[in-house]
Amino acid sequence: MSTAIDAPGRDDSQFRSKPTDEILIDVKDLKMFFPVTEGVFVQTVVATVKAVNGVNFQIKKGETLGLVGESGCGKTTTGRCIIQLENATDGQILYEGTDLTKLDSKEMIEFRKKIQIIFQDPFSSLNPRMTIGQIISEPMEVHNIISDEGERRTRVLELLTKCGLKTNFAERYPHEMSGGQRQRVGIARALAMNPEFIICDEAVSALDVSIQAQVINLLEDLREEFGLTYLFISHDLSVIRHICHRVAVMYLGNMVEMADCDELYENPLHPYTTALLEAVPIPDPDLENARAHKVVKGEIPSPMSPPSGCVFHPRCELAVASCSQSIPEFREVKPGHWVACTEV
Amino acid sequence: MATLLEIDSLQTHFFTSAGVVKAVDGVSYTVDEGETVAVVGESGCGKSVTAMSILRLIPWPPGKIVGGAIRFDGKNLLDLDEQGIRDLRGKDIGMIFQEPMTSLNPVLTIGLQLTETLMAHTDISEAKAQERAVELLGMVGISEPERRLEQYPHHLSGGMRQRVVIAMALSCEPKLIIADEPTTALDVTIQAQILELMKDLTKRLGVAMIIITHNLGVVARYADRVNVMYAGRIIESGTAQDVYYNPKHPYTLALLKSVPRMDQARQAKLDPVEGQPPDLSQLDGGCAFRARCRFAVGKCAEGYPPLEKVTDTQSVSCWEKDNLEEKAS
Repeated sequence: MSTAIDAPGRDDSQFRSKPTDEILIDVKDLKMFFPVTEGVFVQTVVATVKAVNGVNFQIKKGETLGLVGESGCGKTTTGRCIIQLENATDGQILYEGTDLTKLDSKEMIEFRKKIQIIFQDPFSSLNPRMTIGQIISEPMEVHNIISDEGERRTRVLELLTKCGLKTNFAERYPHEMSGGQRQRVGIARALAMNPEFIICDEAVSALDVSIQAQVINLLEDLREEFGLTYLFISHDLSVIRHICHRVAVMYLGNMVEMADCDELYENPLHPYTTALLEAVPIPDPDLENARAHKVVKGEIPSPMSPPSGCVFHPRCELAVASCSQSIPEFREVKPGHWVACTEV
Repeated sequence: MATLLEIDSLQTHFFTSAGVVKAVDGVSYTVDEGETVAVVGESGCGKSVTAMSILRLIPWPPGKIVGGAIRFDGKNLLDLDEQGIRDLRGKDIGMIFQEPMTSLNPVLTIGLQLTETLMAHTDISEAKAQERAVELLGMVGISEPERRLEQYPHHLSGGMRQRVVIAMALSCEPKLIIADEPTTALDVTIQAQILELMKDLTKRLGVAMIIITHNLGVVARYADRVNVMYAGRIIESGTAQDVYYNPKHPYTLALLKSVPRMDQARQAKLDPVEGQPPDLSQLDGGCAFRARCRFAVGKCAEGYPPLEKVTDTQSVSCWEKDNLEEKAS
């Protein structure tokens, strides 16, 4: 499979950390169903939310895969399943060949060092009663990475500097910091474990544009310096295009399209991807005046009762009768370009 | 086009225990009849406080409008008594807030909330108000409007709720609508639907709109004119073309450079504005952006640059505005 950096016209030097051919993560037919229960004492399951309904993808070492979609599409749940914050209903998550879903909690601890996550909300993901220094050193303590307190302290200061924060921040508390600074703390905490793979779950979404650009650059610098692999989960298609090598689009628990970054943005195939790209306003007034502004009809259905067949068919322009009956296969239409639609 | 709203040197300050926060400190802009004006800026720049000041919705304590004038249709809104401003809110000036869940009352039906506004501001019978409510819901694209009138806000999705809020804002045929981050809480496909609806309705009904947003794409798509705010002041204003293709303030320039573009293959690393926005209670007399500005000179610390015209349509508040192009290249 070719990668984004091979695409013509791309300035390779800007993607200095190139993906290798080695597969780091292989997600096979991942399913995550949540029961909806009713009743106070005797709980009965009245429905199931199919948050993730059979997704397949691989991430290579050094690669950044973007996972994009609207609320309730299952992108966050997919990320949480990988790091085992949710126990997947079905499917496999192979990390360098080891199936993470089969590990018990003790065995998983080892992998937690390699896989870290950065959350969206820098306000709720840091303990307000701990100093920044304690927040960053806690994982090192828990995982026994550095047992000596003095050394740990040195490492904390090093991480703060690396993430663009002053060393005196170690003594401060989260409430004394701005959103951008807190997000840098979240990144420093993830880096403390020397991870190989970081899941960035809407890591820059809550930040103002000027601060967002700073944090994006930091994530890219770190990727380059430590050869990190990212799963970059976001609803922001502009950020995804900037930072990712490859992109996967999700809708209502299903993956609808996956391709190299530029290929997906320049030749989108799935009608949902097209609609999504059409909906995003571009900061360029003349270009905006020239665009058609076609609006996709309807709303996202409830994941509790998704439409039959292709989940996008009620909103789709290309839909034919068979779309409501059979689930379209996720097939490779061009090398590296996958799509779940029969009409393209 | 005649000027509908004129904000003149507005100052809204918050008197907190940590000091006086000058959230809005000398903001002036105008809105013509039927036009869409955007106010763009990052969190805490004062864009929402300016909008709330127009309708005098600033809670005291701690906030207070301490100076300036807001002229709407010839009246200074700051001179009106409480009843006078209440008559205006929702009638001549409609408001759309960011969070549709909190701007609708959860214990009242959609129908009651829609007819309440109508009956408060116009001499209309309940039956007529019901008819009008059905018509309004149809206008904003809500299916089965009769049934929706009986429903409560929690029955509706976020996009539907925002449609109801738009219907309420339009119900008394206002001359101006203030939309404060109207689509920030919504998904992109729904955002596009709502913005398209707002654009369509404002153009069709000839309503002027102030759209407050941090999204530079939304501004490019919908605004005729743009005001860029930073630390409680407008630092640049002009047509959308002026501001996007010919920015004259270092902050505008930096802001445009720091957003990744979806329509272009990645060219280079982003060029962010370094540093943090200033603390609004610690401002000195100089330009508030100078600490983050790569064009700053000695004069920037001495006094705040006035907002001056550089062309017929564009104004900039920067001491170095004439040297910017030369320095940037």
